[in-house]
Amino acid sequence: MEPLIQLEHVSVHYRAPSERVATFKEYAIRRLQGKIKHREFLALKDVNLTINQGEVFGLIGHNGAGKSTLLKVVSRVLLPTTGRVVIRGRVAPLLEVGAGFHPELTGHENIFLNGAILGFTRTQMENKFQSILDFSELGEFIDAPMRTYSSGMWARLGFAVATDERPDILIVDEVLAVGDEAFQRKCFARINRFREEGTTILLVAHNMELIQQMCQRAAWLHHGELKSLGEPDEVIQAYRQAQ
Amino acid sequence: MTTPTTSLPVYDSARRPPRPIEELQQVFRYRFLILQLLRRDVLTRYKRSVLGIAWTFLNPLGTMLVMTVAFSQVFGSMPGYPAYILSGLMAWTFFAQSTTAAIVNLVWGGGLLHRIYIPRTSFALAAIGTALVNLSLAVLPILVVMLVVGVPVSWTVIFLPVPMLLLALFSLGVGLLLSSFAVYFPDVSEMYQIILSAWMYLTPIFYSEEILPALYRPLITGLNPLYGFIRLYRLPLYYGQIPTWGDIWPSLLIAVVTVTVGWIFFSLKADEMAYRI
Repeated sequence: MEPLIQLEHVSVHYRAPSERVATFKEYAIRRLQGKIKHREFLALKDVNLTINQGEVFGLIGHNGAGKSTLLKVVSRVLLPTTGRVVIRGRVAPLLEVGAGFHPELTGHENIFLNGAILGFTRTQMENKFQSILDFSELGEFIDAPMRTYSSGMWARLGFAVATDERPDILIVDEVLAVGDEAFQRKCFARINRFREEGTTILLVAHNMELIQQMCQRAAWLHHGELKSLGEPDEVIQAYRQAQ
Repeated sequence: MTTPTTSLPVYDSARRPPRPIEELQQVFRYRFLILQLLRRDVLTRYKRSVLGIAWTFLNPLGTMLVMTVAFSQVFGSMPGYPAYILSGLMAWTFFAQSTTAAIVNLVWGGGLLHRIYIPRTSFALAAIGTALVNLSLAVLPILVVMLVVGVPVSWTVIFLPVPMLLLALFSLGVGLLLSSFAVYFPDVSEMYQIILSAWMYLTPIFYSEEILPALYRPLITGLNPLYGFIRLYRLPLYYGQIPTWGDIWPSLLIAVVTVTVGWIFFSLKADEMAYRI
């Protein structure tokens, strides 16, 4: 059995000019004068990580420690500056509420738009439509423009589209605060079902209890470096001691 | 229950096909997305305006009216002057709209590119597609204007898809090149608006190239790539002629070279763009 996520010596190196140079002219002049200074920023430093099928893996660390950068590398949004990434299977990120929806379009239209963003074809979306509608519990609201929806309805539809089909890797980048309590239970039930069926879950959370409850392994990122990797309890302990 | 890991699709950052080819493969895989983005842009553009999609007609008609009033004393000696303007204006509007949208969509719609993988060229492709839809809708009012001002409508209009396709390729190339720069220098999109307005006056849209002094004429007809494209629109529409191969090949060459260069340049820069957008 091969791991679903493999990171080998992955570094992400942001190289931003220390001052914003926003025009060609300015850039050209400074370039000639040798005055372009770059602020080097290592978002990830030589990270090695292997995550297997069916694992629930937690990521902890301060804000700006590189957790989101790591998720971006896994979801192919960011190519590492150096190092190698191998991903097996379909990756589904749980998008922040609303990303990819258009308020002027109806829920129905947005389901197709969002499904297309996730990489599905028209036929696939036509087959999935009914079960997405059922899960989102939107009923006849589905034909109203989304600007008329409550924030809970946005979140429900977003979750329903993103998780209609079991992905091989699910990325959860915030605590699941989706709608009311009953709907949250439904979401957790679905995520648990995915886990039982072999989905790898990558979870970023500031809530340590959630990491302890859900994850088999965890990692602590500190200024882009992998400080600790192993059982959630040990990793959390190491993280807390360092504070 | 679990899928054997060997049967899963593999993404390996160390073993990717050359970027321009990979981008083509992904665009094909994500073709439904590009269609959906196009649909979104067409549907939402006028959704809250009272006249809705009618603006697609009213916009060029309004500009045509302004130009006719403004310039008819100077250049208006040719027959069916409003139809002459419109036939050039439709091509110009297509070019200006689609290239601007390609930049704006990438720079301002980049939020999505931060969160999920989609082919980076999707936005530019959708922008071209949206402008193509608007352009096709604009053909109808032009035919009406031609009938009104007494320019005969010829069967040669069926040739129109050829210049439409060529200009779409050219615009895609320009849009991709510009948006690669705009990611690094936001000023590009502002500068481009100024360049566009100068470019419009240097293109025979509301005047005929024949009124230019013979000395400067080759500058416009030879160096301005849009001259050839606009001529390819006018010949079948306004003049009722099928363009000859001699009319077509320079524009064909320019379109193919521009789109190839733009595509390669953009897709080679695309990985780096994710760090910037």
